[in-house]
Amino acid sequence: MASHLFCGRVNLNILREAARKDLREFLDKCSGSKAIVWDEYLTGPFGLIAQYSLLKEHEVEKMFTLKAGRIPSAAVKNIVFFVRPRLELMDIIAENVASEDKLQPRDVHILFVPRRSLLCEQRLKEKGVLNSFTNIDEYILDLIPYDGDLLSMESESSFRECYLENDQTSLYHAAKGLMNLQALYGTIPQIFGKGECARHVANMMLRMKREFAGSQTQILPVFDTLLLLDRNVDLLTPLATQLTYEGLIDEIFGITNGYVKLPPEKFAQKKQGEGGKELPTEPKKLQLNSAEELYAEIRDKNFNAVGAALSKKAKIISAAFEERHNAKTVGEIKQFVSQLPHMQAARSSLANHTSIAELIKDITTSEDFFDSLTVEQEFMTGVDTDKVSTYIEDCIAQKDPLIKILRLVCMQSVCNNGLKQKVLDYYKKEILQTYGYKHILTLKNLEKVGLLKPQSTMRNNYPTIRKTLKLWMEDANEQNPNDISYVYSGYAPLSVRLTQVLARPGWRSIEEVLKMLPGPHFEERQQVPTGLHKKRQPGENRTTLVFFLGGVTYAEIAALRFLSNMEDSGTEYIIAATKLINGTSWIKSLMDSPEENLP
Amino acid sequence: MAFVTANWNPLGDAFYRKIELYEMGWNLKDGLRDCLVAAAPYGGPIALLKAHNRCSPSARPQLEIFSSSGLPLASFPWKSGVVKQLGWTVSDDLLCVQEDGTVLVYDLLGGFKRHFSMGNEVSQSQVLETKIFHSPYGTGVAILTGALRFTLATNIDDIKLRRLPEVPGLQGAPSCWAVLTQDRQSKVLVANGSHLFVLDNTACTPVTPPGLSPQASSIVHMCVSFSYKYLALLTDSGHVWMGTSNLKEKLSEVDTKIKAPPKQMAWCRRPKSQQPSAVVMWDGLLLVVGECKETIQYHLDDDSILVPELDGVRIISGTHHELLQEVPGACEEIFKIASMAPGALLLEAHKEYEKESQKADEYLREIKEQSLLSEAVRQCVEAAGHEHEPETQKTLLRAASFGKCFLSNFPPEQFVSMCRDLRVLNAVRDYTVGIPLSHTQFKQMTIQVLIDRLVYRKLYPLAIEVCRYLKTPEYQGVSRVLKYWACYKPYCMPSCMLVYTVVMYLKNELNRGDFFMMLRNQPVALSLYKQFCKHQEQDTLKDLFNQDDDHEELGNFYVKASYKEQRLEARIAHLQSAVDEYYKAKNEFSAKTTEDEMRLLRFQRKLEEEKGEQLVGFSLHDTMTTLLSVGLHKHAEQLYKDFRVPDKRFWWLRLKALAEKEDWEELEKFSKSKKSPIGYLPFVEVCIKHHNKYEARKYVSKVTLEQKVKAHLAVGDVEGAAEAAIERRNESEIGTVLSRCSATTDHLLVERLNRAKATVAKK
Repeated sequence: MASHLFCGRVNLNILREAARKDLREFLDKCSGSKAIVWDEYLTGPFGLIAQYSLLKEHEVEKMFTLKAGRIPSAAVKNIVFFVRPRLELMDIIAENVASEDKLQPRDVHILFVPRRSLLCEQRLKEKGVLNSFTNIDEYILDLIPYDGDLLSMESESSFRECYLENDQTSLYHAAKGLMNLQALYGTIPQIFGKGECARHVANMMLRMKREFAGSQTQILPVFDTLLLLDRNVDLLTPLATQLTYEGLIDEIFGITNGYVKLPPEKFAQKKQGEGGKELPTEPKKLQLNSAEELYAEIRDKNFNAVGAALSKKAKIISAAFEERHNAKTVGEIKQFVSQLPHMQAARSSLANHTSIAELIKDITTSEDFFDSLTVEQEFMTGVDTDKVSTYIEDCIAQKDPLIKILRLVCMQSVCNNGLKQKVLDYYKKEILQTYGYKHILTLKNLEKVGLLKPQSTMRNNYPTIRKTLKLWMEDANEQNPNDISYVYSGYAPLSVRLTQVLARPGWRSIEEVLKMLPGPHFEERQQVPTGLHKKRQPGENRTTLVFFLGGVTYAEIAALRFLSNMEDSGTEYIIAATKLINGTSWIKSLMDSPEENLP
Repeated sequence: MAFVTANWNPLGDAFYRKIELYEMGWNLKDGLRDCLVAAAPYGGPIALLKAHNRCSPSARPQLEIFSSSGLPLASFPWKSGVVKQLGWTVSDDLLCVQEDGTVLVYDLLGGFKRHFSMGNEVSQSQVLETKIFHSPYGTGVAILTGALRFTLATNIDDIKLRRLPEVPGLQGAPSCWAVLTQDRQSKVLVANGSHLFVLDNTACTPVTPPGLSPQASSIVHMCVSFSYKYLALLTDSGHVWMGTSNLKEKLSEVDTKIKAPPKQMAWCRRPKSQQPSAVVMWDGLLLVVGECKETIQYHLDDDSILVPELDGVRIISGTHHELLQEVPGACEEIFKIASMAPGALLLEAHKEYEKESQKADEYLREIKEQSLLSEAVRQCVEAAGHEHEPETQKTLLRAASFGKCFLSNFPPEQFVSMCRDLRVLNAVRDYTVGIPLSHTQFKQMTIQVLIDRLVYRKLYPLAIEVCRYLKTPEYQGVSRVLKYWACYKPYCMPSCMLVYTVVMYLKNELNRGDFFMMLRNQPVALSLYKQFCKHQEQDTLKDLFNQDDDHEELGNFYVKASYKEQRLEARIAHLQSAVDEYYKAKNEFSAKTTEDEMRLLRFQRKLEEEKGEQLVGFSLHDTMTTLLSVGLHKHAEQLYKDFRVPDKRFWWLRLKALAEKEDWEELEKFSKSKKSPIGYLPFVEVCIKHHNKYEARKYVSKVTLEQKVKAHLAVGDVEGAAEAAIERRNESEIGTVLSRCSATTDHLLVERLNRAKATVAKK
């Protein structure tokens, strides 16, 4: 069921099992048949923890989406609401509960995810329904195991909350999640961090540790180091177009909760004799994780290296099928047959990814994509970042998708450490005239979080940062990479460079650059109970948990995986984030008027 | 129970007792020797600073803060200047007065709060001596400077420095001095040899204590009582003179027979006591003097300090913490040996009752016969309040409860509130909390202040428990604690729901003005509340921005509001408000942009009315596109001018609109109207997009050299592209053309291209 969680260096399935156990316990509290009413937002994250089969085993017979009005009829003994602690949801629940049939009372329960909230309960009380609930409980779901080396809080708006709205709830949950993680995997002896939010999370962790001083875990530490990174330390990386296979899937189609929805045309079953059959209209939904052998192999490759990998795989698979002709003895045939399911799965996986790669290729070979990428790379290398870009101008004039424009303008601003007032005002005016004045609030938001800013009197320090951290590598090898810069075909993500330098030779070597980046950098140590100090075997790798506060991109994950797999790196990385993001979803989360024209 | 009087000592008509409060939890190497020590009254915290080592000024002493039980609260190396004096404010803040007259203020957990100066004169002539005092106006600081002048600040929270008049004939430091509070004014009483002067704002008045022993040639020590009502003077002849602090009345004079100068002297008088008494401390000896000739002597093992309290004196040494006080009346009545007071009899009766002896009845009858039973109960309850040991408290309360059974109409309030008070007192006296308050002090201090003190110590759960237990009104109790707690928490744990909870709670408790003021000082709470309002209470949000004069946010608020309006007039009205706010915020860009928006809306409406074209809500760009597509070129042109649309974009706009309409003739005219600011490649590309190769070709020749290849290829003219590329000798362009050559292409052309490529590559 969750084989993808076993394959990493750290067995993240322990975490998933703990979460499943809690869920079972809660479900058993509401004895008898039940229907779950879902806060729709939660279904994705829950899918990563438990499939419907688990719920069914615990007598969940119906599932509904939380909606105003009445709950659809269902002959069950219990109604269970799974909701986030949001006031607007409480109003809906109150309406649901109030319109329950008084003659056939059912037990009503509520499960808050990830935390109970007095404020919400107060609201239910005001609405006069609080006493209707048999159970009010919380389901602590902070860090969700997403893949063998990846944890996500799946908290959509955490960047917006932290940097725009000064609401640090998600940081609290991050700290809680890390405490929970330490309860299962041992105390993490070393904490490094960069940024205000990182400092905040570390402070909360240290404080929580003090408060629970009595209950020391007696577990041998699995992680050696925790690195907390603020997203606003590296605003550049998510703006750039990701060029890994997985990154491009996310950029073009969007991956949500580990699933991608693809246009169905390419995936039509071409069965003989049914040529004229009509094409499916429902999008094709595929789960993407490292349990799929082929995907694990190609997900982190630069897209330009994917074609070769796929054709190599195709040869191997067809060779494997050819084997049957060589199978002579009954034993050999038996062995071949036993491998058949595996081979068939591999073949369908190959077919799927060949189709996806074709879809992507249509886009990456287009002139638009090429032009846009060229401008991005010019910005990242510091070409003409202080002038109005003709390309952006033309894109606006042709009313290309607004988010594309915003990504590019923000990128130019970040690469120039702010734009000249005249340039900035020009862009803003162009955007407002073309896309509507309502976007003035969005532009203000981008300014508030620092993605757009007027140039201050201070020197543009981006070139220094770029040079010191080697953010641009001229001859990035896309086929057989020797540096993380392959994930953006030349640009090495700043966040991952910081991680790399921390492991070797240490941050002391880049003090100057660290000072140029926003927020404090720090180091904390946590006492590990005596007797639990790790005795490292010679040649044994260290394990570092890198936590991205405000989101991480697939390309950054790919870069970190590349570092883990490097022969002489000495460090393996497990990645955690508030959310998996890309430039588009990120900018979208900062917009104040919902934009219809998404790419 | 027999032991209750074991630590009693008689003095005149009264008894004095010394109770051990704590064995100190600290571990001090040299006790209190060579330390600056300050202990706050009402069982407050203790600050310690090892004396500065003048020989090695680089050595940094450690400033340590402890609870009254000696548990560490804070400790940090002292990095500032030389400290002359430590002291505590009425709100448990630590004052460190430096040699140069700078006063540093820390909270009791060692957090630096602020600093202030005692003025230029002080910093020039340096601090010689200083005293920190409390008055009804707050905490004050008095300084004697090197120039032998006094400077006074009566309230450190509202500093008004007062320099007092000169003391006539003062050659060196005065033998002793003290701060008095009289006639709503702080004054300094200073002794120069046998002369005494009172210094106030304007004058230096010589005074004489009535009936001071004639043997005295100098006053070596003085102290003022906790209430500022009484004054004690110690002379070089060893006499202690006690009287009122206005020096009008003498209460007593006692000869200590010790002529050595004392280390400290303090009043030891409880409210309503008839007997004045003071405690004088020398090395190894403590003396209690009252009205009679006799004195009580205590031996001291260790360096100690005296901390005057409302109803006694606390004695803190390196190892112990004790309270010395006159035995309260009720306790004396009950426990005095062979007492026949009703309370004593009731206690006895209850004891016998517990033993199931019929004597209980005899005692009870004796009290009842004199109709003194209610008096007896009252005595027991009161005495319980004054006892420190919970066991003794319980015995007395049980006796009182027992007595109450035989009274029909005895009001229960006193008994109930005493039980509650004692539970709270025992809780805060606990070693881990370390606030050794007596019941008298507690009543004087009030519960609110006690709650504050617990909050200062961040003992939030205890504070809430106390409030709940004492049923303190919420606005004084639980809400206040929660407020502090919430305000503290965000720094370490922004459990936003906790903050929300508190904020919502306070919102209902406080009036709007106070509530907003409270929020103003709490950025985290404020931003959370704003989030809440954004979703739930739009109007409150506006009020909040208004209060902060946050015009930028107010502008944004109106912009948002405008989009919720269906009626155009209302929308424009909101936008006008936004413009006003943006101007106030000096955000010209936003103001101008919003004005543009209003202008556009008006234009759109006008045109809708005139031409019936659906326009309102479109962006400027889309409006122009629509106008062009329906042939309203003039109007589009007007917008282009009015809104200063850049030429480039306007050209793009017209190009695309005309192509959309497939009005090729108009397009050609347009292309010739003047030189295109966007070049002619877009013309080619747009035509091709609309599948009109014929029209596209018209523009190929006009394209600049750099774009020629692209243009030819766009119209599918490989030969033309080849010519252009070869002419430009551009390798990558030649490559591009080659890649577009197919099997059907003339092979001669391919050869030419290859040759050209080779030539270019050679160079």
